[in-house]
Amino acid sequence: MSVLSFARTVARAPRALPRAALSLSSQARFQHTLPELPYAYDALEPHISGQIMKLHHQKHHQTYVTGLNAAEESYAKAQSPKEKILLQPALKFNGGGHINHSLFWKNLAPTSQGGGDLPAGPLKDAIQADFGGLDALKKKLNAATAAIQGSGWGWLGYNPTTKKLEVVTTANQDPLLSHVPLIGIDIWEHAFYLQYYNVKPDYLNAIWKVINFKEAEARYID
Amino acid sequence: MSGQHTLPNLPYAYDALEPFISRQIMELHHKKHHQTYVTALNAAEQAYAKTSSPKERIALQAALKFNGGGHINHSLFWLNLAPPASEKKGNGGALKDGPLKSAITETFGSFDQFKKEFNTTTAAIQGSGWGWLGVNPQTKRLEITTTANQDPLLSHVPVIGVDVWEHAFYLQYLNVKVDYLNAIWNVINFDEAEKRYLEAVGGSKL
Repeated sequence: MSVLSFARTVARAPRALPRAALSLSSQARFQHTLPELPYAYDALEPHISGQIMKLHHQKHHQTYVTGLNAAEESYAKAQSPKEKILLQPALKFNGGGHINHSLFWKNLAPTSQGGGDLPAGPLKDAIQADFGGLDALKKKLNAATAAIQGSGWGWLGYNPTTKKLEVVTTANQDPLLSHVPLIGIDIWEHAFYLQYYNVKPDYLNAIWKVINFKEAEARYID
Repeated sequence: MSGQHTLPNLPYAYDALEPFISRQIMELHHKKHHQTYVTALNAAEQAYAKTSSPKERIALQAALKFNGGGHINHSLFWLNLAPPASEKKGNGGALKDGPLKSAITETFGSFDQFKKEFNTTTAAIQGSGWGWLGVNPQTKRLEITTTANQDPLLSHVPVIGVDVWEHAFYLQYLNVKVDYLNAIWNVINFDEAEKRYLEAVGGSKL
């Protein structure tokens, strides 16, 4: 799957990231906005607290959106290749933060809305085929994510070359580019510390109760 | 390398840095986070000692760097913090006249200017990491620099280090990193910093 069609998938999220924004040479000015959560801040309790969700969305994600807009404005004004290259870290960090968190809100759901429930279907079959079942996937994804040395994300992704589901990680706010993201887990400390403190494994076990498998399947079928 | 590193004791009580760094943070940071680096460093060193295969040793480098760096960085960190003078609990935050103060003023223009630059640079780290004031071993000048994740500071002699992993401040300052970065100056142990500075500029070893 090309980067552009991946971007189209991401762009399906409300105001998430217009496709052209990923083209670094675009001259157009974009006004990225913070997408709304598809549920209330406390809807993922007791697995993820309302306090965390509120800060995570209103502060952390908003900061990436604001930072991205500023970086893109500067980029549009930049004259030389050198100036543009200097802006790359800001574009990558804030752009990645915006992409990752936009995907994240949608790949979570309250248990009352199907969170944690993997319905029978193509995704379930693929998980069975590539991992031997959901429990095996959880174990592998949690282990890989917990092992990240710093901040980052754990992903279940679809490898377009091998056509298999794979567990991958990205550092900091690097977006997942090598695979189609199906499920992403934020392991920056702000994602869990207020509730789980240093006990990352407890967070990683709890989050599976609110993973939106229907969304993951939609991404997979795509 | 015998894999027998131990968690150093804090030179002060867990609540001694309040109100600038909470007891809860200090306890978790020391007893959980730093301890985890120590435990894992020992395990990595033991594994390293047991193998003679270059490939296996290279495979262990990441664990040695991450946990070794975590141990080094946090060991330096506890020593470069001290109970706040503003609360009459210690010498934290008090920069006396002397070689370090002169060097900071001469290099950055003023202490406030230095603080501003340090905090801006440290706040800009994209992910987890550390902000440092260090001595450039070639020029013997003070410089502000950063390291990512638990990378130890190797390019400079560390004088002051500030942890900006979210676990260092989140429970108290939430997402407002800048408030933490302003507050921590009240508990920086400048006496320890000056000692490190003098050793770095006086000695000829790297």
